[in-house]
Amino acid sequence: MTAHRVSYTLDSTLDTVNSAEEAASQIATEAGFGDEEVMKIAMAVREAAVNAVLHGNAYDPGKKVTVDFERTAKNLVITIRDQGKGLDLDKIPDPLAAENLLKTSGRGIFLIRSFMDEVEIHPSKTGTEIKLIKHVHGSSVDGKEASQ
Amino acid sequence: MSMKTSNRQVDGVTIVDCSGRITLGEGSVTLRDSVRDLLGKGNKKILLNLGDVNYIDSSGIGELVSAYTTVKNQGGELKLLNLTKKVHDLLQITKLYTVFDVKDDEAAAVKSFGK
Repeated sequence: MTAHRVSYTLDSTLDTVNSAEEAASQIATEAGFGDEEVMKIAMAVREAAVNAVLHGNAYDPGKKVTVDFERTAKNLVITIRDQGKGLDLDKIPDPLAAENLLKTSGRGIFLIRSFMDEVEIHPSKTGTEIKLIKHVHGSSVDGKEASQ
Repeated sequence: MSMKTSNRQVDGVTIVDCSGRITLGEGSVTLRDSVRDLLGKGNKKILLNLGDVNYIDSSGIGELVSAYTTVKNQGGELKLLNLTKKVHDLLQITKLYTVFDVKDDEAAAVKSFGK
């Protein structure tokens, strides 16, 4: 099976968050994932897009967010990049720690990790790249071609 | 779909019927404004009916936490009613299910508020 790849370059706005989420939902559905998995994938993409727009690019109109969707026989891989200063992984708190339970933020990365099978975060001085991977399960998905 | 709220008074408790999505931006702001407005009017017994909220993101979760602590800090009570499965599951995995007082029967929820 050949891989399918779609890329979007988006502004640092809230509309981008919604667009990324909608695209993820559509592509995951086309890839044959069930409703529950589609919701989780779309939400993980939404949270990653929020991080890119807010914390990465800080709504800077001169900076872009890129979202790549790649579908192979085994995986749906979504890569989101911003042009910010780079996420400091040491500063991400554990949202399940008792002292953090009532904090009003800091759950995005946790939810992403909860909803995806694999998550890779690559911060650099020129931005952060986060790769979200969902394994394709079941033979019914294999061979089903996405319409792009 | 953005979020909408409407308020009802039942035996001294303000029931806020919420519908739509509580997400970054409009949905979270709507919830925040609604709770602040109620507190400003002295309504400190608040039951958030989330029966028609089918989606909430981390910002929305943060807004629920903010509403809970804001009401509590002003001597009031904020409880949740009629969670959808998605919202229920999110509160479970974030360990907030045990923080919030979650109800599934409106009449019993209203009675559970202190006099």
